Amino acid sequence: MFKKFSAKDDIHSRTNVKSSVQRGLKLKLIEQFPKLENVIDEIIPKKGQLVVIKCTDKLSLYAMDNEVLFYQHFDDPFVPSLKLIHKFADCFPSVTVDRGAIKFILSGANIMCPGLTSKGAALPDENLPAGTVVAILAEGKETALAVGKLIMDTDEIKKVNKGIGIEVGTHLGDGLWSLEVE
Amino acid sequence: MAEDGRSALPIIYCGVCTFPPEYCEFGGTLQKCKTWLNVEHPDLYDKLYSEDALAKATEGLSLEKQEKVEREIQKLQAKEANRAEKELKKKLSSKVVVKRVERSKRKHVIAVSGVEVFGIDPKKLAKTFASKFATGASVTKNLEGKDEIVIQGDVGDEVEEYVSDLLEEKGLDGVKVERTEDKPKKKSQG
Repeated sequence: MFKKFSAKDDIHSRTNVKSSVQRGLKLKLIEQFPKLENVIDEIIPKKGQLVVIKCTDKLSLYAMDNEVLFYQHFDDPFVPSLKLIHKFADCFPSVTVDRGAIKFILSGANIMCPGLTSKGAALPDENLPAGTVVAILAEGKETALAVGKLIMDTDEIKKVNKGIGIEVGTHLGDGLWSLEVE
Repeated sequence: MAEDGRSALPIIYCGVCTFPPEYCEFGGTLQKCKTWLNVEHPDLYDKLYSEDALAKATEGLSLEKQEKVEREIQKLQAKEANRAEKELKKKLSSKVVVKRVERSKRKHVIAVSGVEVFGIDPKKLAKTFASKFATGASVTKNLEGKDEIVIQGDVGDEVEEYVSDLLEEKGLDGVKVERTEDKPKKKSQG
């Protein structure tokens, strides 16, 4: 999604988030990612000023202290930025892809089911429903390389093994990764 | 209380390609990344690039696949090196044009174009000019669609000096700063 994203052209406005809205956001985040509950105050401190950056295509970036934490497209679920996932890896559900897929993911491709069911890959044992936002790890690597949304339930991916499994939202080195927020 | 999810190692990003060090091989600047990592974080370097680490990573792949992976990495690196070279050449061949335009009989403005190629932010530069010369400066788009800094007053000499100093600081002292005059207004009679 952030393949062609430049700060100059795509950002329309930057406004502070009202504290009431900020509270609501934190609750929604905890609802979406239950494991965030313990650390949410570290990520978004009570006195911290959250900034929402509106971009083209009804895309909003939520940042604090010049670092993007989450983004949201239309009213879809929130997607954490890669840097946030690197810091709090345990709070987000994750899947592992085959080593051979890394190259394609880093150039913006979506993840096909075979990349998630082959030898080097790993899917969680319990089912994650379609639409869940997951961190994408790679075989043999410790840090996440991308964040995406499940197009099919993980059980379905294991069974059918055909078609697109995960739609990649942001990956290492894309427009969001290189974005410098003033 | 509960863990904050932080792994034992704080997250380090490569200084060259900004990726986490284990993904440097996909960034196209592997050699420079390795040198950087060796200098800054030798322990990580050993962990990732030592003999057994490499052996473990490739043990899953057959011999031909290994060679293929090697070749692809080399191709990527060559591409990146070419790209960096071309950019550098482009930078050296482009010049900054300082144009003196007549506004009315006694008044002139200076239009500076071609600064963005060198990674200089035109808005910030305009602000610096404005405070330096105690006059108005703004950024507009000229006929070619490129950004141009317009400074009120006849400060061409100082601008040229300042810009060459700025470029030298950045290390690009081979660059030319060209002075031109623009006399577009010609009142045709009859």
